[in-house]
Amino acid sequence: MAARDLHGPDAPWGDFGVVGQRNRKVDGMDKATGCAIYADDIQLPGMLYAKTLRSPHAHALIRSIDTAKAEALPGVYAVLVGDELPIPYGVIPWTQDEHVLAVEKVRFIGDEVAAVAAVDEDTANAALELIEVEYKPLRAFFDAEEALSNPEPAIHTSKKDVGNLSKHVRLEFGEVDAAAQSADILIDEEYSFHSTTHAAIEPHCAVAQCSPDGKLTLWSSTQITHYVHRALSRVLELEPEKIRVIQPYLGGAFGGKSDPFSLEFIVSALARKTGRPVKLLWTREEVFYAHRGRHAMKMKYRTSAQADGRITSVDANILIDGGSYSSFGLVTTYYSGQLLTGPYDFPSYRFDSTRVFTNKPPCGPKRGHGSVQPRFAFESQLDEVATKLGIDPIEIRRKNFQGDFTKTVNAQRITSNGFLACLDSVERGSDWKNKHGQLPLGRGLGVAGSMYISGTNYPVYPNEMPQAGIQLQVDRSGIVTVFTGANDIGQGSNTMIATVVAEELGLDIRNIRVISADTDLCPVDLGAYSSRITFMVGNACIDAARKLRTQIVGAVASEWDVDARRVSMMGGKVFDLEDSQRVIPSRDAFQIAEAQLETLGATGSYNTPTLGGDYRGGTIGASPAYSFTAHVADVSVDTETGRITCNKVWIAHDCGRALNPMLVEGQMEGSAYMGVAEALMEDHHMNRFGLHAGPSLLDYRIPTSCDTPELESIIVESIDPEGPYGAKEAGEGPLHPAIPAIANAVYDAVGIRLRHLPFTPGKVLEALDAKC
Amino acid sequence: MRAYRLEVNGDKIEIAAPEHWTLLEVLRYKLGLTGTKQGCDKGDCGACTVLVDGEPELACLLLPGAVEGKKILTIEGLAPAHRCRGGEGADPIQESFDEAGALQCGFCQPGVMLSARALLNREPHPSCEQIADSLSGNLCRCTGYKQIYDAVEAAADKEAELKTQGAD
Repeated sequence: MAARDLHGPDAPWGDFGVVGQRNRKVDGMDKATGCAIYADDIQLPGMLYAKTLRSPHAHALIRSIDTAKAEALPGVYAVLVGDELPIPYGVIPWTQDEHVLAVEKVRFIGDEVAAVAAVDEDTANAALELIEVEYKPLRAFFDAEEALSNPEPAIHTSKKDVGNLSKHVRLEFGEVDAAAQSADILIDEEYSFHSTTHAAIEPHCAVAQCSPDGKLTLWSSTQITHYVHRALSRVLELEPEKIRVIQPYLGGAFGGKSDPFSLEFIVSALARKTGRPVKLLWTREEVFYAHRGRHAMKMKYRTSAQADGRITSVDANILIDGGSYSSFGLVTTYYSGQLLTGPYDFPSYRFDSTRVFTNKPPCGPKRGHGSVQPRFAFESQLDEVATKLGIDPIEIRRKNFQGDFTKTVNAQRITSNGFLACLDSVERGSDWKNKHGQLPLGRGLGVAGSMYISGTNYPVYPNEMPQAGIQLQVDRSGIVTVFTGANDIGQGSNTMIATVVAEELGLDIRNIRVISADTDLCPVDLGAYSSRITFMVGNACIDAARKLRTQIVGAVASEWDVDARRVSMMGGKVFDLEDSQRVIPSRDAFQIAEAQLETLGATGSYNTPTLGGDYRGGTIGASPAYSFTAHVADVSVDTETGRITCNKVWIAHDCGRALNPMLVEGQMEGSAYMGVAEALMEDHHMNRFGLHAGPSLLDYRIPTSCDTPELESIIVESIDPEGPYGAKEAGEGPLHPAIPAIANAVYDAVGIRLRHLPFTPGKVLEALDAKC
Repeated sequence: MRAYRLEVNGDKIEIAAPEHWTLLEVLRYKLGLTGTKQGCDKGDCGACTVLVDGEPELACLLLPGAVEGKKILTIEGLAPAHRCRGGEGADPIQESFDEAGALQCGFCQPGVMLSARALLNREPHPSCEQIADSLSGNLCRCTGYKQIYDAVEAAADKEAELKTQGAD
């Protein structure tokens, strides 16, 4: 039975004891003192260092590779080329088009061609210089339209007759054209979203060790241990039981460590070849080329509405620049349309999304996967509808609110929905009524809303097993250890897990240990993506802990010879509800239970209910619950220089119940910061040769403390009926509205509509000139 | 190879390393002080910030020879130094970062905390602007900086309180 059937959103035993507290993170002090071990901190005896040779061509056939001189260099232990690992991989089972090292051709500048393991990094780098590769350059495409209209040369040739098309999705719900024709107002505009990247401060790193009996251990900076485990088994042709994948402490990911990456296979293969541990740490430049960041999109939106502001139809046409490989692109293409259908009611909706291969670093999932770009376009357009109709931008959003416990136009089930409270909060917080439209020229407020998934119903590979599993172990000392496959990537999932288990068992959170993301020790979890962990793993924790509690309470009741309903666990103690004198420490209760029963433990799991629309692709975007967000941004626009300054963002986010408000606020602020950065500063731009315009943290310009606006978080708790204690996601949703809220604030400040990201001073000046 | 005499976290150490190695590499790969992080290797991110005679410096841009005879403090030395001064727990900066939720992934934070430590040594009651300025060389990708500011302010308050108690 799935955990969702077993418990409601309320406090299990009276009042909450741990949930809702601003507890410190379970791993905070490890991080504060430098004790936390990240992948590159691992040093093993006899360890070799690997480096990768990368293509200088954006698109070329490989005619030959000669590694003889590199292999002969003293200190070199092994060289690896693509032919040795010919099995393709890719995170989505239907689009496995990547090789560990290039086979036959390279598809972007930076595509990997060969790898070397040597006694140190300097020797490995010297060996790369000695590898001779003969290329035959092909015509390269850096523009999605150009790649789509030129099927030859195809960047991928495995599928016939599709040219450079990666994925096409067209779905229509209701009568879009009829609704548009009879509407009072129709806004038809084009928008573009540039590519941006994750830029986690920790570069990707992997370390592998292979024992003589063939057991492979990989430590990797991955956010999805389980998929790496599966991919390694497949590509290395090694039974999964011989592979152990461990995620050590992880220095940020934001989606950028979701794919299986070449370095994980390279160190594993080189460790098997050499019999020695091998480490590969990417340089910052390599991380920029590995990318998997936000897809650039060109978007046409046509929204129709009645004179009273009610939307009647939305029609979207989206061209997605996928870069050189599929990665999560199939899902991205669906998400670009499927995730727009809230928090507003669309009576009719159509989207036509086309993902195209180009000879640029591959795009993938970045925080708010596939839906941040359409959200920017639509929320900007909704603002135009409001302006044209003379309706307040917050009011038009209220007017179109879809409600809670409803269905979207594309047949997704909506449960709790706190969007109206989000709107109210940012309206009040920003003093909107006295400021919007009333600030001096050059200063303005803008609003935007959004929704996001709390996990996806459909696992990346179809299977009937639980999406999340938990194992609990009880120790006589009074601690409970939780084993979970879930990846704590800094978002605090281990703390969330400890919070739930401590709540259920009435323990101090400090008496919960969490062992996570180790495939030898932990039950499978599908990892840190699609904002799934709190919802799914939280529910699995309740499932397991409630079973364990029943055992302990039963044993103590039997010891005391009372009904089990009289025994409760709270605050580190077990007590008789009807006799205040009878109370023992939890530790003693554990020992009573262990003596009566056996070694104590319990398992729990979570699987999603059957959800989604009854059409092809109808399960993509289906989530057991959705989060909702509203932002108001306050900006200043310098009409002389064209520079936009974001002064403040009010962030109201409906996360269901905030299990630890401090961690929720951290996610909200980090999300909003990242959105502001995408709007105003960052650009993952490739020049006309396919070279990154600035593959460093200085040139890519991620915001410093001085560039970041004031951020004010307002938590809205809608209490979802199926979330763990009513909780939903907080890690990705709060990014979405930041970008359109800034665009709309710029309109309020100086009366220009910026429809093409990023909002550079040049674009502002151009728009100001055009307006005059 | 070249031999260096360094003073790291109060310990006088003799160590040999390749001549082109930076202080960051020596700390991480020779001394095992992996709390000092590498995020870019070229002075952009600030994750490798250490204190040299109390001032924040980027270990990835320093050759070890340049800091011989100076006192180097890494994140591993912060709590023990606090204990040497008779304090309890970890340094107030570390405690406050933990309490404020400023440690998300934690990768940039050793550098951030050391920059904050230098700030509070210099200016026990910094303004918001001073905090933002003095942390502007340390990129954080997780927090949006707000919980970091909260942590630095809380640490300043905590230290002021400790001083008052000490005076009593």
